[in-house]
Amino acid sequence: MAKSTITPRSDLTLFLGFTAVVLLMPLWLQPFGAAYPDLMQKFAIFGLFAIGFNILFGQTGYLSFGHAAFIGVGSYATVWVFKLMTMNVIPAMIFGVLVSGVFALVIGFVCLRRTGIYFSILTLALAQMSYNLAYSVLTPITNGETGLQLTTKDPRFLDTAMEAGSGIPPTNVFGIEMSAWDGLFGFYFCAVFLILGFYISIRITRSSFGSMLRGIKTNQTRMMYTGLNTKPYKLAAFVISGMYAGLAGSLMAAVDPLAGAERMQWTASGEVVLMTILGGIGTLVGPVIGAAVIKYAENIFSAIDKSVLVDLFSFMPDAIGSGLAAVTSLFVGKGWHLTLGILFMLVVIYLPGGIMEGIERIKRRFFAKDHASNDA
Amino acid sequence: MSNILEISAVNLSFGGLKALDDVNLTVKEGTVHAIIGPNGAGKSTLLNSIIGKLTIDSGSIQFNGKSMLGVQPHEINQLGISRVFQTPEIYSDLTLLENMMIPLLAHRDGAFKLNLWSRGDQQRDILDKAQHFLDDMNLWTKRDVIAGSLSRGDKRRLELAMCLSQEPKLLLLDEPTAGMARADTNNTIDLLKTIAGRGITMAIIEHDMHVVFSLAERISVLAQGHVIVEGLPEEIKGDPRVKEAYLGGAEV
Amino acid sequence: MDAIFLQILNGLDKGGAYALIALGLTLIFGTLGVVNFAHGALFMLGAFCAVTVNKVITLSAKVRDESVTFFEAYKDVPYLEMWLGDTGSLIIDWSIPISLVVAIPVMLGVGLAMERGLIRHFYKRPHADQILVTFGLAIVLQEIVKAFYGANPIPQTAPDFFSGTVNLGALIGMDLTYPTWRLVYFIFSMGIIAAVFSFLQFTTFGMVVRAGMADRETVQLLGINITKRFSIVFGLAAVVSGLAGLMYTPILPPDYHMGMDFLVLSFVVVVVGGMGSLPGAVAAGFLLGILQSLASMTEVKSIFPGIDQIIIYLIAMIVLLVRPRGLMGRKGVMED
Repeated sequence: MAKSTITPRSDLTLFLGFTAVVLLMPLWLQPFGAAYPDLMQKFAIFGLFAIGFNILFGQTGYLSFGHAAFIGVGSYATVWVFKLMTMNVIPAMIFGVLVSGVFALVIGFVCLRRTGIYFSILTLALAQMSYNLAYSVLTPITNGETGLQLTTKDPRFLDTAMEAGSGIPPTNVFGIEMSAWDGLFGFYFCAVFLILGFYISIRITRSSFGSMLRGIKTNQTRMMYTGLNTKPYKLAAFVISGMYAGLAGSLMAAVDPLAGAERMQWTASGEVVLMTILGGIGTLVGPVIGAAVIKYAENIFSAIDKSVLVDLFSFMPDAIGSGLAAVTSLFVGKGWHLTLGILFMLVVIYLPGGIMEGIERIKRRFFAKDHASNDA
Repeated sequence: MSNILEISAVNLSFGGLKALDDVNLTVKEGTVHAIIGPNGAGKSTLLNSIIGKLTIDSGSIQFNGKSMLGVQPHEINQLGISRVFQTPEIYSDLTLLENMMIPLLAHRDGAFKLNLWSRGDQQRDILDKAQHFLDDMNLWTKRDVIAGSLSRGDKRRLELAMCLSQEPKLLLLDEPTAGMARADTNNTIDLLKTIAGRGITMAIIEHDMHVVFSLAERISVLAQGHVIVEGLPEEIKGDPRVKEAYLGGAEV
Repeated sequence: MDAIFLQILNGLDKGGAYALIALGLTLIFGTLGVVNFAHGALFMLGAFCAVTVNKVITLSAKVRDESVTFFEAYKDVPYLEMWLGDTGSLIIDWSIPISLVVAIPVMLGVGLAMERGLIRHFYKRPHADQILVTFGLAIVLQEIVKAFYGANPIPQTAPDFFSGTVNLGALIGMDLTYPTWRLVYFIFSMGIIAAVFSFLQFTTFGMVVRAGMADRETVQLLGINITKRFSIVFGLAAVVSGLAGLMYTPILPPDYHMGMDFLVLSFVVVVVGGMGSLPGAVAAGFLLGILQSLASMTEVKSIFPGIDQIIIYLIAMIVLLVRPRGLMGRKGVMED
């Protein structure tokens, strides 16, 4: 019989805390060896992707294996603006998000005609189709395998109207280059969007719209007989999550003006599923944590090779040390996917609520006051 | 007193089985109309047809003079028909309060409203109404409990609260006292009497004859998909066709 | 006309692979109610059984190469050849059929282990959870294989007897040469399908399985210990997939990623055929294999560029939208 601890005040605290943590990343990530702009940008970008995905999966209960397609669309659209109009990322990103929104509308309309596993397979089929098309038929737009790149010959109408330049100009925000402040500007640019995206997701979750989505996840049939037309709600959730993905894709292109089709593969979609589940499905912060953990592991873990491990175990007698190094080397470096797979399985089997559930359990064990459930 | 629900010549077959065979039934506004009959008679099928869950083969279903054929389930509800299911259909993963908010929001905002911004827990009008209806069922103190963990009786009362919160014109109940012990049954009868007293039209499927005769102003007896008898409770009590349909008679 | 016929034949072996994987998937889904995203990995494991057996059989020692005279050259000579001469070479040549025998108990064991260790705990859990955990398992399995065998494809060869081509046209008066092993694969897949169907049709065990597929609850209520049978069904499905993968190795060099590639396609096949229909899975497998083959004809591609890449997905989409129960699925199964 717990009194709900979700209040506007607690949400504000959560939001401020989140903002502080994100803005201070360059500081507190130092001991983890992760405080470089490239990686921190990835945290923000994939955090955004995961937040949006969570709205469709965690809130509404629809598992899509095709969301990476929207990242691809966002990226391509953004790069095209870079080529045709201007290197200023703001208009490019606006276009990227809009295009992926429209794309999501079409795809969502088709896929949402079914539910459950059929829906998932439909998204899978459509995603693979888009991926295949991007590699073959749509090469004029996507430039196939090489990926869409910038060249000096790009018209960039808007830019040339302002000033002439030589070479490929860097991406910029109304003049400030992405690589400014030793690359940190790029990170903070992404961080702003992450914070905004997080705020919006809080509002959506707490709104009546959010309640409807949770109703759909729990008992869709009841919704119908309660007088609610579930179709537009589902479609809205799909488009919103698609636009989050599009935003992530646009950001990717903004910090690195290149768009490739490999981003659209279904296994890339699988990655965001992993992130959301690992972090805590249905929670507000969980997906971001999951994204950060996986991207961290991808970059740091995968860089650990055998020599590092041998060093690590050097304090032990040779035979045991090298044995341990050999065994653990299976799980790091190139083998980090193995670790990821095992970790994922363990989470699904034992801790379906992900890291957030783990935190909850620890809180309850050590701070067993009244059973307050803080929905973060 | 007008006819709020008019069902005429309704036929519905599943494959080779004729579930509804030329069913004629009229429910008068403001009354409690019971539908009884042996198992498999087609009572639930009939209710499901009314709310749009099943499509009938032929015939007409009119609600307040308006045909309900081909109308989407959510629209049927918006027009004023609410259904309580045999197994309580609630949102088991959500709190009681949230369970109440959904039908209230549907009632206030219609079948779809894209409101991404206003917080659900800050909408005073909705919260006040939720409190009112939960209080009615003595459930307000449990408002933060996850609905799935309630007892069956509580789930049933929650479902009733949810349906009533939409101020329906016609309330359809499918065996509201199924599986209940005597005390609970009597409580439910009192509850339903109060609801009826507010002027809400009710159509109830029931097996428990005690409930039927305590509440019903009119009874239709369904057997093998067909209405074999209809009339006042006293008329039904002694009717030999009813006893025959039940193969051994119902206990009163 | 010849070209079309040839393309149809071309689609048969791929269709056979699809049909076999889809068969296993449908068995598992229809009987156990589990969506198994690790099924592609089973196909891959079977293929790597062939690779392993081949590696073992061809364990070699370095022997002085007499034919090179102006420096000391060494070549690898398999032990079997050293000890058994020509018979040794024969054994090595027939490595794939030999691995068939090895693979059956291995895949059965893998299937049983998977079911007992993992799948069993997910019967009651929602489909999404099943997908997730088997997806994780698929990743783990393919990474283990990658760790042992590396990331590159490892080509395997068919026995000499079956390499080369056969002239099918002779029977019909057309000039139609077709690679022998692919014909063997087609016949093999038909054989397995026939075996599975006869098993289900003519044995008591099979009858229980079929009943379970139709109505699991009732079967359980009848007091039949369905769980033991579940393990065997899963093992059976694993064997079918594994063997399909194994025999496919001369056609497509196995690599650790092939499981995922085939997985997507096999789900699409199952959906088109009808989830829960065994004949549907088989029919859809062959149908889609042939369609994909036809779509890759240059004439077709010139009208619809890129159609071969997307035809399978396109058909799946159309089927899912127009007739969700698939070509042969039972009405009402998962029709939302």
